[in-house]
Amino acid sequence: MTLLTLDWILLIEKLVLIVVIILASLGIALYTTFAERKVAAILQDRPGPSRAGPYGLLQPLADGVKMFTKEDIIPNAASKWLFILGPGLAMTASLMTCAVIPWGGTIELFHRKIDLQIADVNIGILYIFAVVSMGIYGIMIGGWASNNKFSLMASLRAASQAISYELAMGLSLIAVLMVTNTLSLGEIVKQQQTGWWNIVYQPLGFLIFFICALAECNRTPFDLPEAENELNFGYHQEYSSMKLGFYLFAEYINMIMSSAVMASVYFGGYDIPFVDDAHVYASIGNWAALIQVGVLLAKVVGFIFLFMWIRWTIPRFRYDQLMNLGWKSMIPLALFNMLVTGALILLRMNHWHF
Amino acid sequence: MNTTQILFWFLSGLALVSALMVLLSKNPIHSILWLILVFFSISGHYILLNAQFLAIVNLIVYAGAIMVLFLFVVMLMNLSKEKEDQKNVWMKLSGIIAGGCFLVSTCNVIFNAQVVSKELAGKTALLKEGSIGLIGPLGKALFNDYVVPFEISSVLFLSAMVGAVVIGKKD
Amino acid sequence: MQTFQKMQALTNRAKAVDRKPMTFLERIYLWNILKGMLITFSHIFKKKPTIRFPEQTRTFSPVFRGLHVLNRDEEGRERCTACGLCAVACPAEAITMEAAERLPGEENLYREEKYAARYEINMLRCIFCGLCEEACPKDAIYLSETFTPTNFTRESFIYGKDNLLIPNPKTEAADLAKAKGM
Repeated sequence: MTLLTLDWILLIEKLVLIVVIILASLGIALYTTFAERKVAAILQDRPGPSRAGPYGLLQPLADGVKMFTKEDIIPNAASKWLFILGPGLAMTASLMTCAVIPWGGTIELFHRKIDLQIADVNIGILYIFAVVSMGIYGIMIGGWASNNKFSLMASLRAASQAISYELAMGLSLIAVLMVTNTLSLGEIVKQQQTGWWNIVYQPLGFLIFFICALAECNRTPFDLPEAENELNFGYHQEYSSMKLGFYLFAEYINMIMSSAVMASVYFGGYDIPFVDDAHVYASIGNWAALIQVGVLLAKVVGFIFLFMWIRWTIPRFRYDQLMNLGWKSMIPLALFNMLVTGALILLRMNHWHF
Repeated sequence: MNTTQILFWFLSGLALVSALMVLLSKNPIHSILWLILVFFSISGHYILLNAQFLAIVNLIVYAGAIMVLFLFVVMLMNLSKEKEDQKNVWMKLSGIIAGGCFLVSTCNVIFNAQVVSKELAGKTALLKEGSIGLIGPLGKALFNDYVVPFEISSVLFLSAMVGAVVIGKKD
Repeated sequence: MQTFQKMQALTNRAKAVDRKPMTFLERIYLWNILKGMLITFSHIFKKKPTIRFPEQTRTFSPVFRGLHVLNRDEEGRERCTACGLCAVACPAEAITMEAAERLPGEENLYREEKYAARYEINMLRCIFCGLCEEACPKDAIYLSETFTPTNFTRESFIYGKDNLLIPNPKTEAADLAKAKGM
């Protein structure tokens, strides 16, 4: 068997990394649900959850126990396997995104250089796009399999919304890719460590990307798939127990992952601001990588707070407003941004002569 | 067998089985879901051929966008079993002819490839050889050697868009 | 003939509605969204008016009308004579009672010859208006400064004499002092 020619140590190293990253993102997602409630409370002059444990810190565990112990209902008229497949798909798709995000620099352990990135594929950003578009299936299948008209309508809304905003998102990313000349997220972050962050080159692109990320995560100004007053509960109306928990959880993980992508593409990823990272590496070695992870997490937390802040400020759009914004404002703006970026890059290649 | 061969046979089997299931399943929604699985296994084949860009684009465009639209249409059409049996004999015949033509031409391509390049004979996949599926070489090929077909196909898309706008306009 | 005049403004807070077409800055909405977000952000630093109930309690005014108590006199005898005036006064018809005659030897329990053998208030019907308190000629019923605790069944909200009577000042002086919060 030539299976043994595999680099077993590399395999083990990657497996450990995958487990650590997935567990970490699940943990962060757990506490993001807590943070959501706390942020909402603080913005509304309330104390928020504060009973379970000190400062209510055990609240997510209590929520989890509640979710697990509730009765798991599968409606009679539902298509059973698809009904189960839906939340699983949503969860898988949102967790798969973390594979290409560079969570930090390299750590040296046992004389091996370990990249804190599961897979530095040369199409990193496109991979994220593919996985995000898979996430829609979770919602669509779940909504259809419930055999409920509200769920079906919500899942159709979700799908059309996701497809519409994916276009503008892709167009705004093309402009960044024109600046960076690479699709690999690791490479994009490394470029930003030595030069300026991409937000300097692409402010408009970032704005478009951010708005589209809100829409892709079904966050509030765009949370029409779960608009309670129109669709009762949206696509997860028939779901209960941990299947519902999976859907809710997938939404929060999506939020974390899109924050991480935004931080990596536009805000230098794990780059420590105002400091030359190479110097830090030379002086404290492995600790530098940990600091970088911390810096990236801080940026992610900042974005998550922004997401929540927006959620508790802006009311939901109407559906036609959503489509108008997507097709009539975002896509033309993204195209304009792309054209201007292309023109400037051409000009710079020509040494600023027409 | 090495790992790539195992992967190749697994993906091929998966692709064939799910392609069969597309045809055999009674429920059109299930057909579409099997079709998505077909696209996934084809993307796996692309990755084995070191064509990561093609693999991902296949996923984004076909599995991610077009299949969602298929699901959309099927969910909204509300197909039922009673309506399904009223198919024309001529439709079936033309379907068989079209499928047969496609089968003959693909077989022809496969056998030709084995005759033309001897190194392909008896091999499952060309792992990590060739770079046409990577984004750089593919872009260069599309915009240097095949500019005219590329642009003509974009005109085709433009005409499709214009057609959609014309149909969608109220008057 | 009286002519219809423009109504005089009661306050000076009235504002004319601005119907000018939106400027460019207003039309892209981002600026207004930013302003809204600044408003919500400023609420982070505001004082929270929440009262954390079981630990903290709201201070009630002296005229607060809460849960009813049935009074006893200084010697620990029940004051209520089951005259029924409170039940008549009650607009929610929450009070029912049954009268009984005092037997010889019960003079230390009941003040008058007639007493309430059964006295029930349905706390789910009660609107805490305090009319029973005003109607009572014997100063037997009072509204205290606590409110009805929660419960799981409807029956448990029908308070009988065992829930309503205050502790006997003679025999249960300590309980009475505790109930008064002293």
